Amino acid sequence: MEYETVIGLEVHAQLLTKSKMFCSCSTDYADAPPNTHVCPVCLGMPGVLPTINRQAIEYAIMTALALNCTIAEHTRFDRKNYPYPDLMKGYQISQYDNPLSHDGWLAIEVEGGERRIGITRVHQEEDVAKLWHRTEPATGETYSLVDVNRAGVPLMEIVSEPDLRSPEEARQYLMKLRSILQYLGVSTGNMEEGSFRCDANISIRPMGNGGSTAKVEVKNMNSFKAVYRALEYEVERQRKVLEKGGKLVQETRGWVEEKGATVSQRSKEYAHDYRYFPEPDLPPLTISREMVEELRSRLPELPDDRRDRFMSQYGLSRYDANLLTASRAQADYFESCLELFPGGEGEKKAKTVANWLLGEYARLFNVTETEITECRVEPRHLVEMLGLIGEGTLSTTMAKAVFEEMFHSGRRAPEIVQEKGLAQVSAASELEAVVAQVLADNAQAVADYRQGREQALKFMVGQVMRATRGQANPQVVNEMLVKKLEEG
Amino acid sequence: MMAKRYLSIHEAHELLAKGEVSSVELTEAALQRIDEVEEKLRAFVTVTRELALEQARHADERIKSGEFSVLTGIPAMIKDNMCTRGTRTTCASRMLESFVPPYDAAVVEKLNAQGMVMVGKGNMDEFAMGSSNEHSAFFPAHNPWDLERVPGGSSGGAAVSVAAGECIYALGSDTGGSIRQPAGFCSVVGLKPTYGRVSRYGLVAFASSLDQIGPVTRDVTDCAIVLNAIAGYDRQDSTSVDRPVPDYTKSLVPDISGLRIGVPREYFVEGMESGVEQVIRQAIGKLEELGAEIDWDVSLPDTPAALACYYIIAPSEAMANLARYDGVKYGYSAPEAKSMWDAMEKTRQYGFGPEVKRRIMLGTYALSAGYYEAYYLKAQKVRTLIAREFSEAFAQCDVLVTPTSPTVPFRIGEKMDDPLQMYLSDVCTLPINIAGIPGISVPAGFVDDLPVGMQILGEPFSEEMLLRVAFAYEQATGWGERKPPVQGKGR
Ligand SMILES: [Zn+2]
Repeated sequence: MEYETVIGLEVHAQLLTKSKMFCSCSTDYADAPPNTHVCPVCLGMPGVLPTINRQAIEYAIMTALALNCTIAEHTRFDRKNYPYPDLMKGYQISQYDNPLSHDGWLAIEVEGGERRIGITRVHQEEDVAKLWHRTEPATGETYSLVDVNRAGVPLMEIVSEPDLRSPEEARQYLMKLRSILQYLGVSTGNMEEGSFRCDANISIRPMGNGGSTAKVEVKNMNSFKAVYRALEYEVERQRKVLEKGGKLVQETRGWVEEKGATVSQRSKEYAHDYRYFPEPDLPPLTISREMVEELRSRLPELPDDRRDRFMSQYGLSRYDANLLTASRAQADYFESCLELFPGGEGEKKAKTVANWLLGEYARLFNVTETEITECRVEPRHLVEMLGLIGEGTLSTTMAKAVFEEMFHSGRRAPEIVQEKGLAQVSAASELEAVVAQVLADNAQAVADYRQGREQALKFMVGQVMRATRGQANPQVVNEMLVKKLEEG
Repeated sequence: MMAKRYLSIHEAHELLAKGEVSSVELTEAALQRIDEVEEKLRAFVTVTRELALEQARHADERIKSGEFSVLTGIPAMIKDNMCTRGTRTTCASRMLESFVPPYDAAVVEKLNAQGMVMVGKGNMDEFAMGSSNEHSAFFPAHNPWDLERVPGGSSGGAAVSVAAGECIYALGSDTGGSIRQPAGFCSVVGLKPTYGRVSRYGLVAFASSLDQIGPVTRDVTDCAIVLNAIAGYDRQDSTSVDRPVPDYTKSLVPDISGLRIGVPREYFVEGMESGVEQVIRQAIGKLEELGAEIDWDVSLPDTPAALACYYIIAPSEAMANLARYDGVKYGYSAPEAKSMWDAMEKTRQYGFGPEVKRRIMLGTYALSAGYYEAYYLKAQKVRTLIAREFSEAFAQCDVLVTPTSPTVPFRIGEKMDDPLQMYLSDVCTLPINIAGIPGISVPAGFVDDLPVGMQILGEPFSEEMLLRVAFAYEQATGWGERKPPVQGKGR
């Protein structure tokens, strides 16, 4: 039987505010020793009270606007109650039935165009502390350590409708969402560091049959790849259960990377009645329409708009434009290069820079597992190198070698060219001897050429290039050979 | 010289300003009084002798330099649910028996800035849950008018210490009557300000939407003085209201002629002691004599629902507020637990007393899936109705007058086995917290030498009006001048 996959995603993204959600502690705790970014408020000590971080609310509203949501006029915080040592107050300040925003959408690329995935809501809450579970090697005794640095960091929850139909669509959705957050500058979107987290709800149902089977919640996916693999695994697992005539149960399963499998989590800590009720320490918030419009006017150009502009302004294909604009940093890099690139035809320049970014850059980022924000080659240095190609100093082949060196060392192209003696040889006087030698050594090719076989010329150019280890300017060589052959 | 016992703030301040007494002398007198009577009264969880003397010396220097205020050098007690940096803050609970906050409550910071001398931390019902001070995890406080009777609660220690001369004024907190009821039971003045008038930052939360800090004092003038010092917006408390603070002492004019005073009939409840009713009717007669127009026909028909409403909202909030006490971060932590969950369970099992547990269970139940609409949500609707009823009443009347409590102080142990009877002790005070309006209790007389308090209520932020009526009544009657014997009745 054919099955249809139904996926909804719940994303938690830490916001890049300077201070925490409800106190003035710094959120910049990445390299800090445990429990150094704390105060009585985020430690949940007796008698302390939260105060709302305005910046966080603005960031969440901007996100909601970028996701085409309706911004609530009245919103409020609620207490989500559950006992766990990572919760300093024994409850999390979150939002329940009056979220900051609701009913939006995000477009993903699918075959033959794009599809809108519904956004149920974007709301604001606070992060919890980090627990470190340890085992004493000598005794085997287990214990847990608490690091409160993370507790109280502003967290935005973005819930999608169950509109995703495959693990690939889920991956697309996450990439696009992360891209939007990065464009807005409200979150790093870094999944490995835990500032962007994703839980999934997944079920499968017989194709064409509207009803759904039991929803499975999947947790513990710590990378985009993990999300994709976990969902693939679940689709297969659920299909096998149904095909064997089994029944799926509503449950929470954790992705175990090493096993490449999801595992049922039936522990006490997942069986909750959160007993939500309005947070009495914070009065309801009224979000004025003026504030919403002001924030809307501050929205930057978002990925989809930028892609469309790249297509019309630079004549790029939708595919290339999508790749280039997927990351704001890369799109910015691209446009910086174009600005610095002197003279010439806009579209041709764009194509050249795009080819480099999507070609050599992408390859080297992949190899080194880095990204454009860490790139040591500045736009002006790429443009400088492209200039060397343009003036004939570098061949494209040589340029790739030079670029790789630039990429790893951060040095500039002219320096590398000079040091390695890589400059393209265009002076006829320097090539004279080699050309003569090649003609002498390849009598057959000379004869073929004279009988009108153009192929033979290409062969001889190749021979000169080889003899000069690629440094000869092929165009110059070509001209010299033709001249000699005609003369002869 | 030996400082006079039972000085008010304004009297003591005058003596300090004239150099007739020093703060050290006032403080030593208070500490000496504590030594004399504390064994019988148990008003203090902690006496901060050294701190007080140090603060007094400092205050004397300030007074000498000429830069001091009306509260500089005056010995005070702070209820033990307000955080005091460096001094343990127990909430009269085993859970926080050794908890020393690294910060001051906003009110403590304000009083410290004025040169407060803190002689100690006040006994109370555990986490402010109770009406008799018997739910203190350490020891009950005793009523100075009859040591066999309760002083009321939860701010029992505050009322006892002020009534018995162990300090000159105290700060209490009031969630359903916890300042006014013990003030009434001990014949002192107690004010619960409008919700949002005083910052709650550093007040260990019981029920966040109902809690409010207020003064417990010997007279109405002192009440205005202390309110001046603690009222006002605080950035750290988002529920505090950003609104100017008037000089409350300016409202102390003994003139209430022409004021419209309403008497809501629902507050003369079934089970009210006839002696109490008589005292209050006489007090109202006095107000009429002073020129007020009395409206005996005011009705607040939803009053009977207030008790149920309160016992859903307060425990629900308390359930969450008390969730942080898990033994991991501070306070009591159960030893020898088998696992993390076991440690949390044992900590709470031993760390909380029975009344606290009862309220946590009530709150947990009221908020549980399937019950939320029937209980919590309904209670919130009732709350809106009660607030509306009050505001309608205040369209007709300037203030309302009621008994503070339906009874005189009851015997220690009398209601301990009957929580519902205990809850009924707050029946006249808790609707005021539900509505968020201010209320003051002033001494109104005695029944068989046991004090009776009169409660005066006004619309939000009408503290000036309440103080004016209370002041006029106090000046005309002087019930507060009678001092307690600090002994049992020897029956
Ligand atoms: Zn903090």
